[in-house]
Amino acid sequence: MKNKTLLLYAFAYLAFLYVPVLVLPVFSFNDSQFIAFPLSGFTTRWYAGLLADSALQHALGNSLKVGVVTALLSTLLGLTAARAVTRYRLRGTGAALGFISLPLFIPDIVLGLSLLMLLGAVGLPLSLAGVVLGHLLVCVPFALIVLIARFEGFDKNLEEASADLGEDGWMTFWRVTFPLMLPGIAASLLLTFITSFDEFLVAYFLSGTEATLPIYIWGQLRFPGRLPMVLALGAIILGASVALVVLAEYVRNLGVKKPMVGA
Amino acid sequence: MNFLTITNVSKSFGGPPVVNDVSLDVARGEFFALLGASGCGKTTLLRMIAGFETPDSGAIRIDGEDMTMVPPHLRPTNMVFQSYAIFPHLNVFDNIAYGLRKLKLPKDALRAKVEAMLATVRLEGLGKRGADQLSGGQRQRVALARALMREPKILLLDEPLGALDKRLREAMQVELRAIQRKVGITFLLVTHDQEEALSLSDRVAVMHQGHILQVADPRSLYERPNCREVADFIGEINFFHATLREIAGASATVNAGLLGILTLPAANLAPGLKPGDHILLAIRPEHVRFADAGVVGEIAAATFLGARSHFHVKIAGRSEPVFVSGGAPPQGPVHLAFSPDRLIGLPTAG
Ligand SMILES: Nc1ncnc2c1ncn2[C@@H]1O[C@H](COP(=O)(O)OP(=O)(O)OP(=O)(O)O)[C@@H](O)[C@H]1O
Ligand SMILES: [Mg+2]
Repeated sequence: MKNKTLLLYAFAYLAFLYVPVLVLPVFSFNDSQFIAFPLSGFTTRWYAGLLADSALQHALGNSLKVGVVTALLSTLLGLTAARAVTRYRLRGTGAALGFISLPLFIPDIVLGLSLLMLLGAVGLPLSLAGVVLGHLLVCVPFALIVLIARFEGFDKNLEEASADLGEDGWMTFWRVTFPLMLPGIAASLLLTFITSFDEFLVAYFLSGTEATLPIYIWGQLRFPGRLPMVLALGAIILGASVALVVLAEYVRNLGVKKPMVGA
Repeated sequence: MNFLTITNVSKSFGGPPVVNDVSLDVARGEFFALLGASGCGKTTLLRMIAGFETPDSGAIRIDGEDMTMVPPHLRPTNMVFQSYAIFPHLNVFDNIAYGLRKLKLPKDALRAKVEAMLATVRLEGLGKRGADQLSGGQRQRVALARALMREPKILLLDEPLGALDKRLREAMQVELRAIQRKVGITFLLVTHDQEEALSLSDRVAVMHQGHILQVADPRSLYERPNCREVADFIGEINFFHATLREIAGASATVNAGLLGILTLPAANLAPGLKPGDHILLAIRPEHVRFADAGVVGEIAAATFLGARSHFHVKIAGRSEPVFVSGGAPPQGPVHLAFSPDRLIGLPTAG
């Protein structure tokens, strides 16, 4: 009896999570301007419309650029910080970590607004570079959390053994640290990329005339006629996100199988 | 000439010194052990020789060259880590070949070299094994092979057998000694296991709270410890308080309280003792025997150990028992006897 209730609950929960998401792909193939049941036939014209929309492609390009640069920079910063935190006993490590993680707890709207005022005060023009700066604030803490976890499972004697066997710091990094950190680095890159790619508020404040994809989509919502096309776009992004998450999990598991300790 | 020379090396990590004014000489080709209780600074000293820590003061020279400030990757030393530190992303072959990159050997030559080393440490045919598919003993051999592969001037071993069970440890001790003879490299082994140090090494340095107390060959260390700590650390021993009365030629007279006035060879006294000094007389359990006459005592505890047994004997006027190692004792009260030649005189402090 109890099991049945539990099962029911589980189904209801899954439905709650996934039905809204599934609405996206379903209506993106629906041959009607209006988002309403009953469905009125299959079409791919909304997807064809995406291909013809140059403003959308420009926004997509912007988002990819910002996402890739943010992912690379925040992972690089995270990597050096995580190594410092886990390898050396430094004074003030706790405080520094706290400050780095703080943006996680500041509402994005406050973050976006403050950055907007700061850029204005310094006299810098709004641009995608500003968006990257804002996204770094949000993404570095994520990178740091993923990478510190990876470094903590990593016997520091392994790097010393490499030095002992004649390799300098740089070669030790490439022959030992990097391969062992690779799953963490990949996970950090994917996580920060996704975080940047779908970030709206900070980008909205800082992007100026260069829209990123979420800003473009937000703009399209004013035109009801374009809604099905936005759904098609949403469906594609959804598919790509799922693929990325699966990839990230796969890479992370690659790392779990190999023990990190030399003992 | 000495091969490894450590001169007045000290190191602290902010608190009191962990290694305190240590000086040490090790000869070429020697199997040298650094013996001491946990936390006495053995690993720290070894890490300074390998270059992972920089001494606060003092100098380290290897084969005539000053190494004090040379970074680890440029030193002619290799280390077998306490945790073995086998690279988990590489197989056995690549682990062992790790340090040979700069030689740029052709593939065949590299293979031959690594195969020969695999044979030396008896890991033939395991080259393709992953690091996570090895037993404790096999890991130990991989770590040893990887370090030996670079033909270091000195091989540093940090409790290399500590993680192995007793049987395997004893087997590996024999093998380690054989490998050292074969390759002829100077071995510097750190251990807290006195049996291991005594059975493996040409010479042993006993370390205590950051200091080196005594450096000697195993037999001298056992028979002629120079202070209470060494005597205590190397095997079991009995101490009696006494006063040195006089030294006349080759013999010394002591007043040993309840043991009476005794005469022992002056050579058995630690250097620096003068008549009138309060001293400790030390004697090993196997040099005390049950006799028909002598100090009267009562057996408080007995441990059967095969051919010999171990006894704790209570005697009047002394709170600690006397340790005696020997055959079965007579029934009832016992008499203890010993030859004064076996007594060692040590300073009470320091
Ligand atoms: N990096 C460090 N920072 C602070 N203290 C340290 C550091 N390394 C060692 N110590 C301290 O120095 C002392 C000696 O340590 P060391 O590792 O040299 O001892 P050991 O003789 O090798 O002991 P064991 O037999 O347990 O391995 C210990 O009290 C230890 O806590
Ligand atoms: Mg140690």
